Amino acid sequence: MSTGQLIRRTKPAAFILCLTPALVLTWDWFTDGLSVNPIEDITHRTGDWTLRFVLVTLAVTPLRWFSGWNALIRYRRMVGLFAFFYATLHFSTYIVFDHFFDIVSIAEDVIERKYVTAGFLGFILMVPLAITSTQNWVRRLGKRWKSLHRLIYVTAIAGVVHFLWLVKLETGEPLIYAAVLALLLGARLVRRYVVNPSVRPPPPVDEPSHRSRFRNREESRRTA
Amino acid sequence: MLIKQAPDILSSEITPEDLYRNRREFIRTASGAALGFVGVAGLAEVPGGLSAAPQQDLLDLRTSQFSTDDTANTFEEITSYNNFYEFGIDKEDPKRYADELNVEPWSVRVEGHINKPAADYTLEDILAPHPLEERIYRLRCVEAWSMVVPWVGFPLADLIKRFDPTSRANYVKFETLVRPDEFRGQRTRSLQWPYVEGLRMDEAMNPLAILAVGLYGKTLLNQNGAPIRLIVPWKYGFKSIKSIVKIEFVEDQPKNSWNVAIPSEYGFYANVNPEVDHPRWSQASERRIGNFFRQRTTKFNGYGDQVASMYDGMNLAENY
Repeated sequence: MSTGQLIRRTKPAAFILCLTPALVLTWDWFTDGLSVNPIEDITHRTGDWTLRFVLVTLAVTPLRWFSGWNALIRYRRMVGLFAFFYATLHFSTYIVFDHFFDIVSIAEDVIERKYVTAGFLGFILMVPLAITSTQNWVRRLGKRWKSLHRLIYVTAIAGVVHFLWLVKLETGEPLIYAAVLALLLGARLVRRYVVNPSVRPPPPVDEPSHRSRFRNREESRRTA
Repeated sequence: MLIKQAPDILSSEITPEDLYRNRREFIRTASGAALGFVGVAGLAEVPGGLSAAPQQDLLDLRTSQFSTDDTANTFEEITSYNNFYEFGIDKEDPKRYADELNVEPWSVRVEGHINKPAADYTLEDILAPHPLEERIYRLRCVEAWSMVVPWVGFPLADLIKRFDPTSRANYVKFETLVRPDEFRGQRTRSLQWPYVEGLRMDEAMNPLAILAVGLYGKTLLNQNGAPIRLIVPWKYGFKSIKSIVKIEFVEDQPKNSWNVAIPSEYGFYANVNPEVDHPRWSQASERRIGNFFRQRTTKFNGYGDQVASMYDGMNLAENY
């Protein structure tokens, strides 16, 4: 079986797997499986899964380095979009169930409570990433797509900080997420500055496109 | 006299008739046992690892003018959603691990600046002179959720009077049991153990402050702080210390556990106050468990008429 076939066959299974937490939540909703504070329960669970999916998305690249299995990249968009899916559920729970569209109290929350600010920032930054996740946008943005999508680092950090700032005392769980994130970001730094310091990623966004093409050629020659 | 029918009683929880009769007999003959409060250890063995605390009916309860008309939360809600870090940090942990704690026998050490002898008093000694009453109180957690609980207990003031505190007793300090073998949460350092709480003497003497031994007409389950706990309904829930083993009359303000853990967020007074936010979240509203919509939080949790005067002239934003 070719890699392409393998991916085509496993993708539906991966999709179902990614959807499972939502299915479990739905099941618990209809079978009284949520806690007696269901809104809190839903908020926590969707928040947890958002963070987990963000981290899995960030794990794809280091996993490729270590396993050499580059085809993993072909699951990344799906995992990333699931992160956005759970973030949207989390955010909607907050807007609809927790504050019932009370814009004033929501705005107050976002401005005054730093854990809400962090979470809000993390979510907002995911929106352009979800929008530009299509093949079309990848082509349209070219090099800039990659720079734009580095925003996921900010989202991940904001997400972990959001968790750390909201707990009363029990920092154990958020610190686990923080450690995993540190590992994933650390792996990138190590590769960039220690393992392979000659390969510099192109400077972001507003560089004229001809130069970036030129530089690209330069780079490929250097690394060849 | 109100005798409340507890809802949602599992058939397994209903006391077999012979035990019931034995207990009635015991109560009639036991001197000083003015309340139906007797452990029946034989009921503790429930197969399948279910919560095995032998709950007893508490009979002949008085009613109280301080009870709220708000609809009480269900027994299920009150006993399955608890903050009791001794059992773990999740709300479901206390119920899940409740049967790992054995509360029999139980004694309470009373000491400090009192004219009566300092000693370990059995639970029966502590309870004997006090008629029990039902107090349906609002409970507001510092995490911005709330419940209404039909507690059974007696005024803390009545107990304090028995021990005749001296003029040096400015505060009452309470401690929870430390038993890491049974309290799995105490095997890690989430809070300092023992859990410590305290009240200023006038707060402790306020008629709203009670020691609770039951809810919904039955003795407390372990997850709710069996066998005896404090209830101070105008303060955030963490002040209402559970499973008390020590009551000490002290001169200086006790260092309560949450204040020690995060002094910038949890103070000594912890009065419910929608105007003074927690540094990281709003206290302006709360979610009553079982309700869809949030509701406004009221100052002193709605008990201002009884308690506000104790804080006249105090800056409540500083003394949070």
